[in-house]
Amino acid sequence: MTERPLISVEGLAKRYPAASGKGETTIFEDLWFSVKRGEFVCLIGHSGCGKTTILNVLAGLERASGGTAIADGREIAGPSLDRAVIFQGHALMPWMSVAGNVAFAVRSRHPDWSRARVQEHARHYVRLVGLAGSEDKRPAQLSGGMKQRVGIARALSVEPKMLLMDEPFSALDALTRGMLQDEVLRLCREAQQTTFMITHDIDEAMLLADRIVLMTNGPGARVAEIVVNTLPRDRSRHEMHRHPHYYRIRNHLLDFLVDRSRDFAREAAEGGWDPRHPPEVRPGEAEPALAVNNAAPERARSSHHTDVA
Amino acid sequence: MAAGLIGERGSARLRGWLLSAGLLLAFILAWHVATLPEAGTGAVDPEYAKLLGAAAAQGQKSAFPTPAEVGAALWKHVADPFYVRGTNDMGIGIQLAFSIGRVLTGYLLAALVAIPLGFLIGMSPLLHRALDPFIQVLKPISPLAWMPLALYTIKDSAVSAIFVIFICSIWPMLMNTAFGVAAVRKEWLNVARTLEVGPLRRAFTVILPAAAPTIMTGMRISIGIAWLVIVAAEMLVGGTGIGYFVWNEWNNLSIPSIVTAILLIGLVGMALDLALARLARLVTYPE
Repeated sequence: MTERPLISVEGLAKRYPAASGKGETTIFEDLWFSVKRGEFVCLIGHSGCGKTTILNVLAGLERASGGTAIADGREIAGPSLDRAVIFQGHALMPWMSVAGNVAFAVRSRHPDWSRARVQEHARHYVRLVGLAGSEDKRPAQLSGGMKQRVGIARALSVEPKMLLMDEPFSALDALTRGMLQDEVLRLCREAQQTTFMITHDIDEAMLLADRIVLMTNGPGARVAEIVVNTLPRDRSRHEMHRHPHYYRIRNHLLDFLVDRSRDFAREAAEGGWDPRHPPEVRPGEAEPALAVNNAAPERARSSHHTDVA
Repeated sequence: MAAGLIGERGSARLRGWLLSAGLLLAFILAWHVATLPEAGTGAVDPEYAKLLGAAAAQGQKSAFPTPAEVGAALWKHVADPFYVRGTNDMGIGIQLAFSIGRVLTGYLLAALVAIPLGFLIGMSPLLHRALDPFIQVLKPISPLAWMPLALYTIKDSAVSAIFVIFICSIWPMLMNTAFGVAAVRKEWLNVARTLEVGPLRRAFTVILPAAAPTIMTGMRISIGIAWLVIVAAEMLVGGTGIGYFVWNEWNNLSIPSIVTAILLIGLVGMALDLALARLARLVTYPE
């Protein structure tokens, strides 16, 4: 806790005028969490809890109704090249080639570079995501997975301080999704890329994230708790399910999504839940007395005592 | 398999052509039969014959030309399209060139106004709301209704014709540009925003290429309307042009020449449309 986090979300809220015309609907409120430098944080929650809105606020594309989001010590007031976004639907410009799409980003970051240098830089990132040979194709000629690779190359090519991903693989088939997850894991580890990603896929979160932020159901969604991924850092998609912690984490996340996310308000009222400091849970660690199938609320309470963050 | 597919498509096209040719032949045949000289109706009042001219005086013949007569007229006009024998007697090629020149001038001027203005309207909801009532009122006005006003203020018939073309081709381009610009996918704009792309670069590298197919559709509609209107406009202003040619031949009661002009008007209109379609294909992108 000595180092200042790269991203700090402090009391963030989003409200819309209610459909009836009177009052407001609160999508989420009083959100507190942070992303440290070099960390990979996933946010999990059901649809409707405002996940995409949170990401858009961090990207500077949308404004929150309350609270602040701070990036690198400054309040986020608009989009920035330091926070690159990988969009859910790749969002490639269909009239540009693959290299052209990436070069478009590179030119934004380095307007003073020569055309040749921009191209070279762009092509380097196209190769980096495994698309060598497809540089001059149009996005329409690529498969869904390849398109998303271009989206990743485009985001990485501006060498952002922070990568923001909005369910980037949700539109892909399972096989392609797995391959791309491996790719993202490799790229982010190599570059020690600070990343914030939204997902509703538990296995994806467990593979990629160092910490997983759990959101309750909307409206009025909150950050219920933060799960520390206790799997070893060098985990892989093929091996991680053999680790003793795997099912503990997985069940904890599932319990939350299936049951606790719905009536978390009651659970919070029961015992000392503080929205400013959502409890950090480490499934598999420091809770030796608990069996895997124990009731979830009990585990949540126990995690309070073992909160080492 | 692939060869078979191509062969099948090729033969489908060939069958289409054959059917077209057959329909044309049937039409000409029907036309020929319908305009065959009729025997036995020889007695025509000589005074009536004097009034209606030679065709009626012969009595046995329909006033409408036969295909052969139209063919002959067509050949006569096409064989020597660029002669000039005085202000009222110029080759059909020259008349068409005058019309195409007017259409292109008015059309390009309209594009110069409509596309930038449409861009602004598409980008600014405020401007859209502010200008929409004017556009909605001006758009349905027949372009020819402007003609007297144009003649009175401009005092030049040639320029007035160009103005009429301008005013009729501006609306589809304006509407389509505004629509295309307003409908640019939000995610592309968001990409540009997260990359901190400036407004000018965004306009030229994101919005313009994204909206180009819609803009081209508007331009294609406009050229079609402009070519429709020029004939009527030239009938009104006179002097030169294919519209004036048609009117002049009507005064000469030279129906074969009129039919020839009608045919050529259609062909030129098709050529203009094809040219714009070709241009549209250049800016279209597969999603």
